[in-house]
Amino acid sequence: MNAVTKTLAAPVGLLAELTHRCPLGCPYCSNPVELEQRAVELDTKTWKRVFSEAADLGVIHVHLSGGEPAARRDLLDIVAHCAKVGLYSNLITSGIGLTEALIGKLAAAGLDHVQLSIQDCESASCDRIAGYAGAFAKKMAVANWVTSAGLPLTVNAVIHRANVSRAGRMVELAVRLGARRVEIAHTQYYGWGLVNRAALMPTKTQAEAAIAEVEALRQTYAGTIVIDHVIPDYHARYPKACMGGWAKRTLNITPSGKALPCHAAETIPGLTFWNVREASLGEIWYNSPAFNAFRGTDWMLEPCRSCERRDIDYGGCRCQALALTGDARNADPVCILSPHHDKVAAIAAFAEEGAGGADYIYRRMKVPAAAE
Amino acid sequence: MSTETGIAATTQPRLPRGVRLKHDEMRGEWLLLAPERVVKPNPIALEILKRCDGVATLEEIVDGLAAQFSADRARVDADVRALLAELAGKRMVDL
Repeated sequence: MNAVTKTLAAPVGLLAELTHRCPLGCPYCSNPVELEQRAVELDTKTWKRVFSEAADLGVIHVHLSGGEPAARRDLLDIVAHCAKVGLYSNLITSGIGLTEALIGKLAAAGLDHVQLSIQDCESASCDRIAGYAGAFAKKMAVANWVTSAGLPLTVNAVIHRANVSRAGRMVELAVRLGARRVEIAHTQYYGWGLVNRAALMPTKTQAEAAIAEVEALRQTYAGTIVIDHVIPDYHARYPKACMGGWAKRTLNITPSGKALPCHAAETIPGLTFWNVREASLGEIWYNSPAFNAFRGTDWMLEPCRSCERRDIDYGGCRCQALALTGDARNADPVCILSPHHDKVAAIAAFAEEGAGGADYIYRRMKVPAAAE
Repeated sequence: MSTETGIAATTQPRLPRGVRLKHDEMRGEWLLLAPERVVKPNPIALEILKRCDGVATLEEIVDGLAAQFSADRARVDADVRALLAELAGKRMVDL
C-alpha cells in the first residue's frame, strides 16, 4: 500500500454532485438509479472542507454538478469558497433554477466556467426528452445570461435516438449561443441510460451519420468553437481509457459524501466507498480500498494482463465489464480481444432492429407513497 | 513569415475569462487551465503566455522576449505567432 501511495499522482479533477435533486427527468442521466435524498446531503461546511482538501491535494478543476446544482441554496457560497482556495470551478447545469441575478453573483464570486445542457435544438423535443415543459426556452435565456455576464459557456448535448439526426444542428446552436466549446456526447449506457437503452440507442447507421456530420463541422468552426466529441464505444474496436484509468486522474463525491472513482462505481459489488464525513480526501485518494481496487495492472485478467494496450486503455471500463460479463476485472467487452465481445455486438444489433418506440422511464427520485 | 498566421503586429493577445495561467504549488510547475483542459506550457510558451495581458501588443511581446533572451527577433516573432495561432484555434487565447 505504501508503494502505491508514493508513486501515485495527485488527482486533477473532482466531480462534486452537490445534490441529486433536479427538476428535469432526462432518461440517460448519469446519476445512479438509486438517487440520494435531500436529507442525506452534505451541509455547506462539509462541502467547503472537501474543497479546501481538494485544493491542498492538488485538484485543479472542480465540477459543481448534480442533479441540478442550482437546487442548492448555498451554491454562491460554495463557488466563492472554491475561488478562495484557488480551484478552477465549472458549473454543470441544466439551467433550471438559475436566474440572471444569481449568474451575475456567481460570476462576481469567481466562477470560471458554465456548462449548460441542451436536450435538443428543437423546443418540443427538448422539453419531451427533459420531461419538463418550458425547458428549452429557459435554457436559451440562461445561455444569454451566462455570456452577458462575461462567463465562458460550454453547451453539452447528449445524443440518442430522438435527436441523433440533429447532432450537427446542436453544434450550430451552440455557436449561435456564443459558446466557446461544445460537447457532443453519445449516450453511455449506465444507470438511467441502461434502464432506457431500448428507447435511446440509435442504429449504427444513424450514429455513424451523426459522427461524420459533427466531425465535418470541426473544420467549419475551427477557431470559433472547440468541439469535444464522445462517440459510442459499442461500435469501436478497442475500449476507451475510461476515466483516464481507474482512480488515476479524477474522483467523484456523491451528495451524501461517498467518494467514488467514477460515477457508476457503485454498480460494482464488493467495493467499499469511504465517505468524506469520516475521512479526508487525501486518505480516500491514496488509501481507500475502492480507489486501489483497479489501480495498476495487477488486478487484470487475460487478455488484458499480457496485452500491449494495457497501459493505453487500462482494460476499458470496469462498470461496463461488470454489466456485460458479470466480472469487473474482465476486459471491457467493447474490445475485440474480449471473449465476451459478442455480447456487445448482440446489443448493437438489437438497436438495428429495435423499433425505438419504447417510452422513457424518466429519471426521478423514489418518494414515499404517502408523499405523492 | 510574419504574415503567414495573419496576426497583426498591433494585436493585443489576452487569455479570455475561463483560461488561466497558474503556478501549481503542489506540482511546482506552471499550468494553463481551460475548460476541461490542463496544459503544461514549455518554457518558451510560458514566457509568451505571461505577456498575454491584453495590453501588450504582439510587436511589444516579441521585442521584449528578443531583448530578454538575446534572441534573434525573426525567430522569436515566428515562435510567438505560431503559439498564438495554435492557442487561438483552441480558444485559449483571444486575439
